[in-house]
Amino acid sequence: MAEAEEVPPEEEPALIHGAVSSMSRGQLVVHPHRSEYLDLIGSLYDDGYRVCVDLTGVDYLLAANHPVPAGVTPERFEVAVNLLSMELRQRIRVRVQVPESDPQLPSIFHLHPGTEAMERETYDMFGIVFAGHPDLTRILMPDDWEGHPLRKDYGIGRIPVQFKGAPPER
Amino acid sequence: MSSSTELSEGAQELQASQRTAGVEYLREAGSVLRIPHLPEGVEEVPTGDDTMIINMGPQHPSTHGVLRVMMELQGETVLRCKPVMGYLHTGMEKTGEELTYLQGPTNTTRMDYVSPLFNELVFSLATEKLLDVEIPPRATWIRMLMCELNRMSSQVLWLATNGMDLGAVSMMIYGFREREMILAFFEKVTGLRMNHNYIRPGGVAVDLPEGWRDDVLGILETFPERLDEYDLLLTGQPIWQERTQGVGVITTEECLALGVTGPILRSTGLPWDLRRDQPYLAYDQVDFDVIVGSYGDTFDRYAIRLNEVRESIKIVHQILDKMPSGDYKVQDKKVTPPPRHRIDESMEALIHHFKIFTEGFRVPEGEVYVAVESPRGELGCYLVSDGSAKPYRMHVRGPSFVNLQALPHMIRGALIADAVAVISTIDPIMGEVDR
Repeated sequence: MAEAEEVPPEEEPALIHGAVSSMSRGQLVVHPHRSEYLDLIGSLYDDGYRVCVDLTGVDYLLAANHPVPAGVTPERFEVAVNLLSMELRQRIRVRVQVPESDPQLPSIFHLHPGTEAMERETYDMFGIVFAGHPDLTRILMPDDWEGHPLRKDYGIGRIPVQFKGAPPER
Repeated sequence: MSSSTELSEGAQELQASQRTAGVEYLREAGSVLRIPHLPEGVEEVPTGDDTMIINMGPQHPSTHGVLRVMMELQGETVLRCKPVMGYLHTGMEKTGEELTYLQGPTNTTRMDYVSPLFNELVFSLATEKLLDVEIPPRATWIRMLMCELNRMSSQVLWLATNGMDLGAVSMMIYGFREREMILAFFEKVTGLRMNHNYIRPGGVAVDLPEGWRDDVLGILETFPERLDEYDLLLTGQPIWQERTQGVGVITTEECLALGVTGPILRSTGLPWDLRRDQPYLAYDQVDFDVIVGSYGDTFDRYAIRLNEVRESIKIVHQILDKMPSGDYKVQDKKVTPPPRHRIDESMEALIHHFKIFTEGFRVPEGEVYVAVESPRGELGCYLVSDGSAKPYRMHVRGPSFVNLQALPHMIRGALIADAVAVISTIDPIMGEVDR
């Protein structure tokens, strides 16, 4: 909260390990290109961000003009990785744009084995393939499920309810 | 051969183990990959003949719901295992995109059904951070009071189920008895024993009822002596110690690599508690200790959870002393509905009430990640807003989901009877794992 007042979001974006950074509601966010992603996670790991708290995806299909800092091309998918440094007591979020035509991202399993389940979940829900993941299978949905439920073009399922004794339709 | 394909589990199947080198074997066992040297005995990779793969769950009483653990056994020893989840998946993150911010807590509260208030809290904190509203002090302290009571009930429930898993069935009855006291208080405050939808963006749903202080004091008076009874029943008992000490050992490095938080991380000796290290609400104004263990085994985790109840009692006593008066929700007409009596006398209040509950309020564009310390570890909420009245993306980082990955590591080489203890000590709530 306090950081928000010190660094207004409109401030000139600084570079963190060569990647554009921004502030989102007082939280530090880095926007690497897909090719820089793996190196950035590695550099941040060396900086002390040893814990990968969370890894998830977002489908920006319906918000094609979602705000990204200058120098970053918005794509349909985005993978958001929340890292934590317990020594610095700081968090940092890495947001990578993943194009729809080639939804692939290198896996960070070798640095953060805890992402095993998270990357599987992101694959399951968004269809983003993590190259190098040891066991990239569906985790929450059944194996033979078709489609990726959290994509925005995946409709919400409805089960028709048949009420007993309902009056017949006119 | 045809019968084997019919019985196949598809891609999820635990493949037959092959004779592999030690490092490869650790990868198979789901272990942390960056172990520089192999522990003793890893070279002895079993052949496929004398091992057996069995399923534990999803309907096994010791799996705390619908967790399924595939285990490869050699005699009584678990060689490796793989947790299979998704049986309780109900698409709550997708549902969250269809509900307004005001309806959001009704959805998130059902994720971790043992500590529902934390789910509501983390969603509300994330929404408030996106809105940039500051909630009144009384709302903050009511939230803390309810959350700490919820932490007590959650840990007591864990003591109960863990006792049952390890054969101390009387503990199950005692634990549920104590939890019921807190749930009765919750029912008095929120109207529901579980899934309260009490903590909402902007504050809490209603103020505390008349006589709440006496009810809380009653709980606080009863709990310490009951906890001492648990100590007498379990802590010093040789059978209990035999079942828990040295079982399911994990180290700090492994915890950090796997992203494990909460009592499992603290049992390895690392004092990491978000209430102290990244304070939210008003936790920087109360005094409490972070309980740590030293061996990282099941007994340490038992002791941590038992003593965290005592710390929570300490915190609740301070909350009772410091509870401020004032509003229980923010007086921002954009976020909170008008008071009930205004609806009877003012047309505008009625319209306003109607608009808030049908359309909801708009939240500025942005994305935010907020984390709180739930009884199981770091509970996070990643919220993306596109400027409309519904979250564009709502992701909840459930601590059980991540902590469950430590299971293959903690269970490897243990006896099958200890597997029950290890599953129980992770304290997985499947509603949160599967969401």
